[in-house]
Amino acid sequence: MKTLSRRDFAVDFGLSLAAAILLPVTTARADNTALEVHIDNFVFQPQELKIKVGTTVTWTNRDDIPHTVVSAGKFRSKTLDTDDKFTFTFTDAGDYKYFCSLHPHMTGMIKVE
Amino acid sequence: MRGHDHGDDGVSRRKVLECMTWAGTGVLWTITGGVPRSLGIIDSAEAATAAAPGMTFLQISDSHVGFDKPANPNALGTLEEAVNKINAMPAKPSFMIHTGDITHLSKAAEFDNADRIISQSKLDVHYVPGEHDFLDEEVKFYRERYGRGTKGQGWYSFDAGGVHFIGLVNVVDLKAGGLGNLGTEQLAWLEDDLRGKSKSTPIVLFAHIPLWTVYPEWGWGTEDGGRALEYVKGFGSVTVLNGHIHQVMQKVEGNVTFHTARSTAFPQPAPGAASSPGPMKVEDAKLRAMLGVASVNFKQNEQRLAIIDTPLQG
Repeated sequence: MKTLSRRDFAVDFGLSLAAAILLPVTTARADNTALEVHIDNFVFQPQELKIKVGTTVTWTNRDDIPHTVVSAGKFRSKTLDTDDKFTFTFTDAGDYKYFCSLHPHMTGMIKVE
Repeated sequence: MRGHDHGDDGVSRRKVLECMTWAGTGVLWTITGGVPRSLGIIDSAEAATAAAPGMTFLQISDSHVGFDKPANPNALGTLEEAVNKINAMPAKPSFMIHTGDITHLSKAAEFDNADRIISQSKLDVHYVPGEHDFLDEEVKFYRERYGRGTKGQGWYSFDAGGVHFIGLVNVVDLKAGGLGNLGTEQLAWLEDDLRGKSKSTPIVLFAHIPLWTVYPEWGWGTEDGGRALEYVKGFGSVTVLNGHIHQVMQKVEGNVTFHTARSTAFPQPAPGAASSPGPMKVEDAKLRAMLGVASVNFKQNEQRLAIIDTPLQG
């Protein structure tokens, strides 16, 4: 039988509460036509994003090192220095794999439905 | 060490002392008969070895001119300190190689500033590009300055002091999920460049990203570096000099010594020691112990090559 400690309960409750508060916001954002991806510590966050056709995605580089956002044949940002942004509007459905052409181990995915 | 071009073995006590000053507390590596051994922290006797005549050249790397973030708000200033250190060497090196990331963002002014400082060394400098040197829209600033007489994206070879030097470019046309990349055109050129060379010719390969796999999780390696190493396999003495990872790292495999130099701009963490390979902020007092240059001595008759890493301070 699983026993719940007081702390676990508090954490669970806290998470539920957070989810309850965040959920409507998240849903609202999914309906939105604008979403964001952050670059932190050489990682695209979120690494995978599911969006609807017509959505605009904005990438922001929050590292101290420049990065790029490149999807072969689809889109290519200029070099993004710290706090620089790149925006692309997805008008066609499909899977868009992308990466940083300076640090190719950094990869991400936008799934457009 | 003035007579280094003449293979003179005589080293006066005064010259030894001068060289000791230069050597500081660097770690000295020697290759004797193809078997390298670490001599640890240099003492006077080993400094004398390091001071033996022969050809000495310098490696600087990752100057990132234009970088001004917390890890080092003045990368141009520390580059100048490195050049001052070079100018204070008791014996003038034959030339210098720069293993890329001259600038941080490939701006014309960054290239100009880098050149203004590096030229104060009054040494010939052989460059290879880092990924930070190809960031301008037309990718022309590096090529205009340093691409003359090179092949493809900027690779070339030259001979000096009996050693064959090959500068390679592994920062172009990188593939998603991959590492550094040389490409088939460059590899074909390399194979051709080495054809007919005596196997006793010492070879120095230099490129920005390590040609050996240091830490693929952070992209620290070259996808097709193994193919380049195949071509140099039969040679008795091969030294591979790289930058990119902003720290000294060394590996030996058979007759091949792999070595990476410090940056003159900012340190990066040891592989896996942080959440990312980004600039590492250290206490101000410690920064200069983590920046520096490398000095490489080659002596034809003894087939010995020594690399001394010297921090800006400490």
